[in-house]
Amino acid sequence: MAQNDVVLQSKLEYLSLNKGQRILYKIGHFFKNTPKAIGRFFSRIPSKTRKKGAEVVSVFRTISDAARFGDIFTRISFFVMGFGLFFRHQMIRGFLYFLYEIIFIVFMIFVGGSALTHLASFGQVGSMVYTIVDDATMMDIETTVLFDNSFTILLYSIITILLILVLAFLWYNQLRDSIKLQRMSYIGKTASDKATLKNVFDKSYSKTLLFIPTVGLVLFTIIPLIIVVLIAFTDYNSNHLTPARLIDWIGLYNFEMIFASTGTSNSSVLLEVFGQVLLWTLVWAFFATFSNYFLGMIVAMIINTKGIKLKKLWRTVLITTIAVPQFISLMLMSNMFSLQGPINGLLQSFGWITESIPWFTDEWLARVMIIVINTWVGIPYTMLICTGLLMNIPDDLYESAKIDGASPVKTYMKITLPYMLFVTTPYLISQFVGNINNFNVIYLLTNGGPSFTYSGSNIPYQVVGTNVGKTDLLITWIYKMTKDSVNKDYGMAAVLGIIIFVVVAFFSLIFYNHSNSVKNEEDFQ
Amino acid sequence: MSNTKTHYRSHKRAILTRNIIIYIFLIVLSIVWLVPFFFLIMQSLSSIYNPMVFIPSSYTFQNYVNLFTDTTFPFWRWWINTFVIALVTTIFQTVFVLGSAYAFSRLRFKLRQAYMKLILIIGMFPSFLSMIVIYFVLQLVGLESNIYSLIIINVAGSVCSYYIAKGFFDTIPRSLDEAAMIDGANKNTIFFRVIMPLSKPIVIYTILISFTGPWGEFMMSSYIAGGNALSMTVAVGLRQMITQNNLTTLFPTFCAGGVVVAIPIMILFFALQKYYVEGITGGAVKG
Repeated sequence: MAQNDVVLQSKLEYLSLNKGQRILYKIGHFFKNTPKAIGRFFSRIPSKTRKKGAEVVSVFRTISDAARFGDIFTRISFFVMGFGLFFRHQMIRGFLYFLYEIIFIVFMIFVGGSALTHLASFGQVGSMVYTIVDDATMMDIETTVLFDNSFTILLYSIITILLILVLAFLWYNQLRDSIKLQRMSYIGKTASDKATLKNVFDKSYSKTLLFIPTVGLVLFTIIPLIIVVLIAFTDYNSNHLTPARLIDWIGLYNFEMIFASTGTSNSSVLLEVFGQVLLWTLVWAFFATFSNYFLGMIVAMIINTKGIKLKKLWRTVLITTIAVPQFISLMLMSNMFSLQGPINGLLQSFGWITESIPWFTDEWLARVMIIVINTWVGIPYTMLICTGLLMNIPDDLYESAKIDGASPVKTYMKITLPYMLFVTTPYLISQFVGNINNFNVIYLLTNGGPSFTYSGSNIPYQVVGTNVGKTDLLITWIYKMTKDSVNKDYGMAAVLGIIIFVVVAFFSLIFYNHSNSVKNEEDFQ
Repeated sequence: MSNTKTHYRSHKRAILTRNIIIYIFLIVLSIVWLVPFFFLIMQSLSSIYNPMVFIPSSYTFQNYVNLFTDTTFPFWRWWINTFVIALVTTIFQTVFVLGSAYAFSRLRFKLRQAYMKLILIIGMFPSFLSMIVIYFVLQLVGLESNIYSLIIINVAGSVCSYYIAKGFFDTIPRSLDEAAMIDGANKNTIFFRVIMPLSKPIVIYTILISFTGPWGEFMMSSYIAGGNALSMTVAVGLRQMITQNNLTTLFPTFCAGGVVVAIPIMILFFALQKYYVEGITGGAVKG
């Protein structure tokens, strides 16, 4: 086949090739273009660096401008934030900058400074027990005096670092604005607080809308997440509970505990349990997402069928599941399928079985049951979403397919499914991520059971932190490790959390790269 | 002539059999979906609890009476707690979710894409991780086991659920904004006078989701407020009721609690079902 060597000029020529040739062509094409792509990448580096460099330089240029050309107000702004603004008609902004500086200094003196200096060691002494002889009764009284609290040291350090970054940002901003206002005053222009206030509802409306949500996000999500990631590198567990004891940096020890099978039986058991839990988490997320998706779509299509009456009734019946709070229906299911539950009772009274079926106590049956019950929970959602979308597919597509003599299966595979997949990829991603962290279904149905066993007996708590079971997901394992367990191990929990993040990020990235609706956000609008 | 007639007849018969099969399928489906709730109501009325049977032999309202009079399990208190949490959360969360969704959909600012990516990445961390630290902090200041902490935590994360409302706002044509802008409206006016009136489904959807969320939420409530019987939500309380000391005999009382919790939510849900469906199809998918 000499054809492969020919450089193809047009799309038409490419389409005229058969499948094997096309693959060969693509491979050749890929290798031929690789050098070009690499070259393009390197040739872009200078211009990109220049652009980035210009941005960085402009910051320093503004600062140096302020120092060289600034008048007395601008120069004082170097030390007293907001000074320049305050004396150029922007009293409110100037005052707010100044207020932040004062608060920052006070915070640093009383809290931040000492916390930062202790961050490396988490403090010297956690608590000491003194014995005092009580004069009146001549009895020994033990009192515990608390000194350094490792957790607050960690917390305050993070807050301090964040405040320093905010300070740097604000300091630069007020300096830039100060020199800008100074230059405007040369040409007789001023910008007063009134203009700023007007912009609150117009130009800077995005800041107005997002300010409080962002503060909430930083305080209640971002700071805690940073701290948790740091806790993964400490020995924060039941033996080192603050404030009585100190915690310490232990490097990658927690990660080693899971991944490095050091030969001791304990650590290889942990690796094995971790591997199984991770595998089950992924298998569960896959089946839970796609079973719901396809079954829900099929139910939606069946209800959509022409000539079926009472469509609204059928949908309403399914929606009941959404309307009832999930914990009720899940705990109900858990009871119904329990060993001595009504389902077993019913089957026995019919005489179909003689012994109770171990719905949730047999390892494999429990896993299957969880996925099946999850479809019961999830089908109505997918049905609702698909119903609207299915009606959006133009009818003439189906009609022409019918005229061409396409079978229903082929119509589904060639028209319905591609369309649905195209539109619903973001939904599928969020479902997959949600299922990896699906706490409710697992915890309320089986509570993770049945337990893992190791050479015939239950795994000791010290090894896995808690009584982890064969249907436990990583998220329920973390929950048990930090809440239910006697031996709480926050360091290990943080490590598992980081692993969940890595897994989720990996899969989301794959999905996202194949999704058109995400890439072309503006196209869709 | 007769040939086409028989053909037509057989075609009609095929459709009829197809429809009959579909109806049977739908009836079976409905039964499968409704049986658990039937079971819930039946058990809540049973006078003697027998775990092995579906339909109890004798009926009583005693379980409902127990539910509200039992002092070890203050169900009434749990219900009020959850209601307060749901109500306050709804008010703030709706404002923040719609506001940030509007900002991400309509306003163009410097870090818009970066902010949205940040939220995406944060969403990949299990939310439970931050809960651990928040619990420590709450312990430090002595606010753990407190419903106000739950409200604040609920509200604080609301920017992360901008997704669906943004998807909905994206479908509203831009030309409307532009027309209003030419008429001298500022961004605030456009939001409240142009976008909001067109977004009734998504507003009601957001309210509905924020309000029903706390009733079913379990993980966070049990972690933060699980320590104190007086600060529990219905989900945490009812679960503790039947798992504590293996009090399976309280199952009918649990069912009664389930009915009391579910009925107001169901009424609300079915009354606003239309908007829920519009919201979820308008925004959830497109994102």
